[in-house]
Amino acid sequence: MDFDLNEDQSLLRDSVERLCADLYPALEARQKHAGAPLGFPEANWQTFVELGIPGLPFTEEEGGFGGGPVETMLVMEAVGRNLVVEPLLASVVLGSTALRLGGSAAQKERYIPGLVEGTLRLTLAHTERQSRYDLFDVATTARRSGDGFVLNGAKSVVPNADSAGLIVVSARVSGERRDRSGIGLFLVPADAAGVSVTAYPAQDGGRAAEVSFSDVSVPADAVLGDPEGGLPLLERVVEHGIAALAAEAVGSMETLHRLTVEYLKTRTQFGTSIGAFQALQHRAVDMLIELEQARSMALYAAMMVESDDPAARAAALAAVKIRINTACRALGQEAVQLHGGIGMTMEYLGAHHFKRLAMIATQLGDTPHHMRTLTDAEDGLLAA
Amino acid sequence: MDLRFTPEEVAFRDEVRSFCREKIPAEIRRKVSEGRGLSKEDIVTSQRILNAKGWAVPHWPKEWGGRDWTTVQRYIYTEELFQAAVPLPQQFNCYMFGPVLATFGRQDQKERFLPRAANLDDWWCQGFSEPGAGSDLASLKTKAVRDGDHYIVDGQKTWTTLGQHADWIFCLVRTDFEAKKQRGISFLLIDMKTPGITVRPIITLEGRHEVNEVFFDAVRVPVENLVGEENRGWDYAKFLLANERTGIARIGLTKERITRIKRLAREMPAGAGTMWDDRDFRARVAGVEVELKALEITQMRVAAKQGRADSVEPDPASSILKIRGSQLQQAATELLLELAGPFALAAPARGQGANDLPGGFDWVDAAAPSYFNNRKVSIYGGSNEIQHNVIAKGILGL
Repeated sequence: MDFDLNEDQSLLRDSVERLCADLYPALEARQKHAGAPLGFPEANWQTFVELGIPGLPFTEEEGGFGGGPVETMLVMEAVGRNLVVEPLLASVVLGSTALRLGGSAAQKERYIPGLVEGTLRLTLAHTERQSRYDLFDVATTARRSGDGFVLNGAKSVVPNADSAGLIVVSARVSGERRDRSGIGLFLVPADAAGVSVTAYPAQDGGRAAEVSFSDVSVPADAVLGDPEGGLPLLERVVEHGIAALAAEAVGSMETLHRLTVEYLKTRTQFGTSIGAFQALQHRAVDMLIELEQARSMALYAAMMVESDDPAARAAALAAVKIRINTACRALGQEAVQLHGGIGMTMEYLGAHHFKRLAMIATQLGDTPHHMRTLTDAEDGLLAA
Repeated sequence: MDLRFTPEEVAFRDEVRSFCREKIPAEIRRKVSEGRGLSKEDIVTSQRILNAKGWAVPHWPKEWGGRDWTTVQRYIYTEELFQAAVPLPQQFNCYMFGPVLATFGRQDQKERFLPRAANLDDWWCQGFSEPGAGSDLASLKTKAVRDGDHYIVDGQKTWTTLGQHADWIFCLVRTDFEAKKQRGISFLLIDMKTPGITVRPIITLEGRHEVNEVFFDAVRVPVENLVGEENRGWDYAKFLLANERTGIARIGLTKERITRIKRLAREMPAGAGTMWDDRDFRARVAGVEVELKALEITQMRVAAKQGRADSVEPDPASSILKIRGSQLQQAATELLLELAGPFALAAPARGQGANDLPGGFDWVDAAAPSYFNNRKVSIYGGSNEIQHNVIAKGILGL
């Protein structure tokens, strides 16, 4: 066991942090980026491309840079610290993990160059109006037709769908709506006939979309892996998404906690800095405990997300999301409260961290959802 | 960064695990697991088995019996002891007195006391708290006045854990009455058999005799029993308290308690099945497990950092471990109390037949006492409120 970063990892952490800090020097810059038509300026994406971020998940043989869970964690922490709005979660984590774990050699050869060169972005469309967080609850259908499939249905709150060239879609090839089998993951070009993307701003400054599929024909080679056994792949993709969200949350909480402590030191009331009051000191300490416990869980996620024991992995990532959700809520709420009125304003950076943290707690599974996963595991977490 | 145990670390864990289960008497481990009190003999027996293996004081300097283990090995060792319900080596000897003496004591003091402390030939207790000096420890009043080759000690210590077994007490005493309060304190070793010492039991709320008051009435202590320099005792005490805090999270102990609760829940009838079929109860257990997992990694992070630092200054991060670790120990005793349910009420005399036990369950009568007793863990070792102050000042700069 070793918590130190190796030389390459330190280099990656420093260069990603520098890049993000340069692009996001202040809240004004971030709001300007978020206001671009696709939710971020294309030039920003190319900056991440130049650093090689989209190639990170793939091996060097595949044309990538051979990063693993620790590398993803380092990148996502910087994303969180700087409130980055570019679609790293959607494309580099969710979409690319689906391609990496489920794609054939031919599929990888076809798409990875575009990802690495910055001409292609991915996203994952799995949520439906009735599914909530159940990945197996899929009403969207993929009917076999000749060699290929025809997709019909609708997906909701798909992250950054309006800037993705290729959408990874879960669809049912056979069985009933809530069957665990019969689900496939399909690579669907966003401009395919019958695909409709209705995008909107998200509460946290990002972008999402309603995506519908009306008689969308895709060839046989649009399927990732087994067309009726795609659920385990989707679960793994979401586990990687949880690990990434955990790191992003840690980065955001780190900034928000720092802002709060700075504010306690500089805000004067009753003739003294409010940080002199023990009631506020203890609450700032409780925020730090939340941050450090969350940081430990982000590390745990990185440790477990590539485990080859599916049950242990599922329990671990459920535990991670439960703990991260709690920290997002608790630390975020306390930060606003300790700031007082200024924490309530659109012009204050901390308020935007608060909003992102609140939304992270709603993405890829809320606390009751993951608590059910954990309590259903026969031996719980300690056996993991 | 590699977050997995290396093959060597796994092998070490397995070695400690099997040693604990094979060599420490099952009866002692059963008492620990059930949260029942240990006799002095139990603690001495267990420690001597560990000491014979060279495992009583692995964190001490090598020349005094330490093992030069990595921080990860130390972590594994402690966690395995907890999980096998082996009593930790007597904490005052091994985690407080020993490290202080090895760091600040004279050579002759080390030779005289350290080997006997490691083997529990001498039982040490701690004389820090006083009736008027709890969280504000530096305001202590027990005084030591020089009289030739001796100090004359007068005053009172309290909350002296297992002082009834003690051969020796390490005390903080006031030796300079003019200086700022932290600067007038010395660290003194006192033989409990010295005339003028009276030990009076304090019975804690669960009914056990665990702590004591110790009175000093003109007790003559040789000057050679001073540790380090006169009036520098506060520095040594801070060093000691930081050591105390690192081990205080007791993650393995809570893990063992949770594992036991899960086992007992499967045997406790409820509704049409058992308590383990109750999803709400399981969710509460899972909630504790999640927090425990996070704290386990936090503890490893702190240990890894401490392994590198060559400082005797306490790491304020150890205060996080103390706060959250104590809360989890308490949460586990609450779950056990909840599991005992209506049977928790009964307090029968032990040693009768199984038929006299409430509901026939042989553990339920220990649930409430364990819950009662564990309220102490957020109070001792610097209350959790004091730990908040330590972090606010030491980490946040408030």
